[in-house]
Amino acid sequence: MSYVGLAAIGAGLAAISAGFGIGKIGTSAMEAIARQPDAFGKIQNAMIIAAALVEGAALFGIVTALLAVLK
Amino acid sequence: MIKINYSCFLFALKYILIIFFLLCTTSFSQSCEVLKKKKIINSEELIFHHISDSHKWTIWDNSKKNLSFPIILWDKGFKFFTLSKKSLKHSGFYYRIIQENIYKTDFIGSLQKDTLGFIRNKRPLDFSITKNVFASFISFLLMFSIFKKKHFSYKALEATSFISRLLEPLVLFVRDDLSIPHIGIDKYKSYLPCLLTVFFYIFFNNLLGLLPSGANVTGDISTTFMLSFTIFIIVNVNSKKSYWRHILWMPDVPFLVRILLAPIELTGIFIRPLTLCIRLFANITAGHIIILSFISLIFLFKNIPVIVLAVSFTLFILSLKIIVAFLQAFIFTTLSALFIGRAIH
Repeated sequence: MSYVGLAAIGAGLAAISAGFGIGKIGTSAMEAIARQPDAFGKIQNAMIIAAALVEGAALFGIVTALLAVLK
Repeated sequence: MIKINYSCFLFALKYILIIFFLLCTTSFSQSCEVLKKKKIINSEELIFHHISDSHKWTIWDNSKKNLSFPIILWDKGFKFFTLSKKSLKHSGFYYRIIQENIYKTDFIGSLQKDTLGFIRNKRPLDFSITKNVFASFISFLLMFSIFKKKHFSYKALEATSFISRLLEPLVLFVRDDLSIPHIGIDKYKSYLPCLLTVFFYIFFNNLLGLLPSGANVTGDISTTFMLSFTIFIIVNVNSKKSYWRHILWMPDVPFLVRILLAPIELTGIFIRPLTLCIRLFANITAGHIIILSFISLIFLFKNIPVIVLAVSFTLFILSLKIIVAFLQAFIFTTLSALFIGRAIH
């Protein structure tokens, strides 16, 4: 039995989680920049690193869904 | 602080991006030509053919303009073939290629399949030159010709040639913002060549994979696995005693928590480089799949307004992918510098 439909739902859930996580990171980054505008460079660096880590976690879900479809 | 000349970099970047976008639109003109011939196109097959490795490099969609690579197998002795022959025969050994896997058969060409439909023939070890290997040779030659000493000479106490003005901000960025904060001023010099090589290898291969008939080198899990394996070896060979002490027997923590933390940290030694590998592979492959899906939407709908929509979405995703190309190189290098810094102090 192939699990194509469930894999598609799983991939959609991974996308929801990525959007939620990166939204939270962006919110706190914007608030921190508003409080101290001259620390923009450091906050931007930290925000990008955290966003890439969260996206990595979401992409693990995508890769698992792809594996379920291909096998 | 060292003054970095950003304005020269931005000036050259504008022209490079214009040329890059012009090159990418050639792939769309190719798709209109195929529509006139009214072929039925299986989009899933098209997407996976463009993403995965193959034993020949198809420059355009015609099968006459291929670049066949030598196939090198190990089956109790080395055997060399080229793909231009119809079937692979060599003094009693017969092979067949099915979906880019090589299987060993007899002279009829029989395949033994099991109950689920998978092929159960034996496979020889495959050391052949494939599209990804050849493309990594090309990017290696490109990097070797760019990073020569005569381009980066500082006799006038300033960057003079075009290549050094283009790449000097990137190199200084990797040195000042990525390696010195994590590794430390006294020890960064011995690890800087490794970090720079990894950064520019990933950056150039990501960009080359975006061209219309480009090879997907960093979207191949064997390439990224070997990159992260290199970082794993560097981190663990150069580690000091405090690194292992923090893993197995963390100080300043109650005794029972130490016993709980030890297996988690032990698996963490292996899982952190694995996350580097999968993060790079999944980001690049996901971008390629999105671009190819938008293009194959044209073949599904087969009318004119879809072309406008699909091309505009594709250009947007392409520009996003250029940012992703740089970003993934940056993330890989940052995290490797972090791991190395943790291991040294």
